[in-house]
Amino acid sequence: MLTTDRVAGGALVLLALFTLWESRRLPLGSLRQPGPAGAPVVLALVLLGLGAVLVLTGRRATALAGVGFPEWRHAVAILAVCAFAALALERLGYRATVTLALACLLGVVERKGIVFTAVFSLALALASFLLFDTLLRVPLPRGPLGL
Amino acid sequence: MAETLGNLAVGFGVALSPPVLFYAFVGCVVGTLVGVLPGVGPLAGISLLLPATFGLDATRAIVMLAGIYYGAMYGGSTTSILMRIPGEAASVMTCIDGYAMARKGRAGAALAIAAVGSYVAGTVSVVALMLLAPPLAAFALRFGPPEYFALLTLGLLVLAYMSSGSMLKALAMAALGLLLGMIGIDQMTGYFRFAYGIVELGDGIGVVPVAVGLFGLAEILATAGQPTPPEIVKPRLRELLPSRQEWRESAWPIGRGTVLGFLIGIVPGSAHIIASFVSYAVERKLAKRPEEFGRGAVAGVAGPESANNSATSGAFVPMLALGVPSGPIPAVMLAALMVHGVSPGPLLVTQQPELFWGFIASMYVGNVVLLILNLPLVGVFVNLLRVPYPILYPSILVFCILGVYAVNSSVVDIWIMLVMGALGYVLRKLDFETAPIVLGVVLAPMLEMALRQSLAMSDGRYAIFVARPISGVLLAGAGALVLLGLRPLVTRTLDWRARLALAAKGEEHP
Repeated sequence: MLTTDRVAGGALVLLALFTLWESRRLPLGSLRQPGPAGAPVVLALVLLGLGAVLVLTGRRATALAGVGFPEWRHAVAILAVCAFAALALERLGYRATVTLALACLLGVVERKGIVFTAVFSLALALASFLLFDTLLRVPLPRGPLGL
Repeated sequence: MAETLGNLAVGFGVALSPPVLFYAFVGCVVGTLVGVLPGVGPLAGISLLLPATFGLDATRAIVMLAGIYYGAMYGGSTTSILMRIPGEAASVMTCIDGYAMARKGRAGAALAIAAVGSYVAGTVSVVALMLLAPPLAAFALRFGPPEYFALLTLGLLVLAYMSSGSMLKALAMAALGLLLGMIGIDQMTGYFRFAYGIVELGDGIGVVPVAVGLFGLAEILATAGQPTPPEIVKPRLRELLPSRQEWRESAWPIGRGTVLGFLIGIVPGSAHIIASFVSYAVERKLAKRPEEFGRGAVAGVAGPESANNSATSGAFVPMLALGVPSGPIPAVMLAALMVHGVSPGPLLVTQQPELFWGFIASMYVGNVVLLILNLPLVGVFVNLLRVPYPILYPSILVFCILGVYAVNSSVVDIWIMLVMGALGYVLRKLDFETAPIVLGVVLAPMLEMALRQSLAMSDGRYAIFVARPISGVLLAGAGALVLLGLRPLVTRTLDWRARLALAAKGEEHP
């Protein structure tokens, strides 16, 4: 039966195997003088062991089917907005990016009214820029035309 | 003792200067807001606001961040008592009896007891911190790489052992964190490890995007689609004074919570969370009428609230004296100090006494500020919770993005936050604790460097770790913890960690 511990343990085993595979590009060194791959290989082996034990002993954990993801649509939308912010921040500038990100979350995901969405998004983007960039002197990116 | 008092006087000279006082005040206010808001715990709060301290000198920055830390610890109790929503994890136990008191019309008294308990615990534990940290730092001057390696190993194992739930899972998360901490340039050879051509990863994965992702963004992902919170019980100002009977019932629990919290705080792990659980269990065991617990017992509020605030100061002992974080929050504080060019450790007390003693003194001041600030303004803070969550979470998300970007002016950090947020969300669903990942990321470079330096010292002989008395004792302690952790697998009985995990889920009281 697929349980939470077995799924997580399996994922950790895969990650450990991937790390071991990737470590082959780096000098391993010796036990007496470990190279740059020494510590990652040891840790990957530890992770492999722990993941395998989780898979083997995870029979009594919660069944995966019992784990609900009712908020997955919101979660995906929020992650998409974060990805957009990462892509746009240094291209469009802080103020434009944050205004668009907020407008998307409030207007599209939360279905707030268009006027409220526009005013709130713009106000928060400008206010946070003023607070951090202007007052606290934390440099934030500017987009085309210095916006 | 006279020297300590002299140093403390220097510290108060720093802490009571108007600019430092101002930043302590700002930290306490912001911390309380952070604690009140569901979804922004002290760890994410400190991480997000780290860039705001870049323009400050080190003393003001650390004073403000510490204010945020203990302000958040207090703020978390407000939502626990008035809404049965723990603002942060350490307030889970306060929810039980605090909310029950509120339902009986004693919300004001519960808030006052929590505030006074936090104040007493905060102040007494700072005295203990002040007395303990300098001698510990002097002792730590004997530490070389083998001792640091043993100490860090012990710290990670204690963290795994003290985590509520499975030690195996906590160890797996710590190993995952250590592995993530391997990304970047190898400090001894200059090789790029697992960076895949991304230059920004050369310095490794930063603790801030990891902490904000795992604790801030993951919380938003898990709660954004859920229905709006329940109705708030709003106390009136005149109801804030507890009765004589309530004061009497809270006095001993506050004292016990203070001592317990400080001792647990020194030990690595999610100290303030464990401290509040243990304090609740102790108070229930000692109560003349244990059946009142869960129905509004005063001791059920006074004990855990004192314990979690006391643990906050305890957690600073290893951070300031040894330069070793005992949990994810001190780890971020450590990173903050390093950003400002300060290296915490045994030499901090002697080399930067103004910073060290100013910080200690600011904690006394901060506790007074919190006491004065929180009770009269509780209504103002609670009003924040009236902002609907569908509006609140996009705003918090903006500050997550801003805070993470501003640390290094790098969008790579936003991607790291995104990945960590998704990972944290899934791990929460699968019932895994994420705190060991943060600590692993911070400790990985220190641990690896200590190991390789030790081997260089001993010409590759591992016996150096057991031949030196301090590291030998520390590693023996680590071995004992592993054996203790394995015991439930052999005896097949629930140990205290499993019982805590059940209590956290509301299935059974500890």
